[in-house]
Amino acid sequence: MAGESVITEELNSLLNVEFGPEVYEIEKGMLKRFAEAIDDPNPKWLEEAPPTFAAALVPHDLLHKLFNIDIPLKRLLNGSSDLEYLQPIKAGDVISITSKLTRLRQVPGAEGPTLFMFTEMTYTNQRGEVVVKGKNTYIKY
Amino acid sequence: MAQVYYEDIAEGTEIPALVKYPTTMQLVKYAGASGDFYQIHYDKDFAQANGLPGVIVHGWLTLSFLGQMVTDWLGEKGRLLKLNGSYRGMNKVHEDIICNGKVTKKYEEDGKNLARVEIWAENPQGEKTVTGTAIVALPSKV
Repeated sequence: MAGESVITEELNSLLNVEFGPEVYEIEKGMLKRFAEAIDDPNPKWLEEAPPTFAAALVPHDLLHKLFNIDIPLKRLLNGSSDLEYLQPIKAGDVISITSKLTRLRQVPGAEGPTLFMFTEMTYTNQRGEVVVKGKNTYIKY
Repeated sequence: MAQVYYEDIAEGTEIPALVKYPTTMQLVKYAGASGDFYQIHYDKDFAQANGLPGVIVHGWLTLSFLGQMVTDWLGEKGRLLKLNGSYRGMNKVHEDIICNGKVTKKYEEDGKNLARVEIWAENPQGEKTVTGTAIVALPSKV
């Protein structure tokens, strides 16, 4: 590996630790506001969550740690998002989210190291059914 | 738009493009609706201090546009099973985001009629800013 590792012991200690569940009650107003924000006029989204609504169900416990952890890289970008839909999320549902950091990868870049943080989220409804499985990669540089 | 059926598509079928023109106001609305208040998406000074050309569009918002393109195409009877996107470049505000998609595979699995759709968003310079795939289930005429 080129250069020093930016992956601290503190960051490593978060690997594969499950955070949550964090609970969101899905109100009609939330769906409407989200559909308006993404400028998608499909009337279906007044009752059911549009595909990227999982972005609004933030796993704060994990992300707060990942984004604020004391490492030399301060700038943050979203790298990729991956969603698998098993059941629709509907108005009135109560969604519980668990999340974990699954992998860390440091690569050398022109302006210094870049760190990729791979996360996985599971979204479960009030009947215990997994509705969405999500993966997201965050980049610190 | 008429309902699309499994029998209507083939490898190489292009799905109708969708063009969006996000403004700073839309990014603020998206920040509020999603809870993503990272300042690079609405504070120009902050964005520039972070080495960015200016306010940039949330990757998730561009992926939402791609999602709309796919669900508009799927209509009432189609179903989106998977959606993913890699954020490769930046979309700036007050610029067109051109969303495109093309069927790359058509297959049957577990009694379902599925298609894999390559999706991508471009900026006005023709650079692909988000690339990904959607896996969809389509209704059959038979």
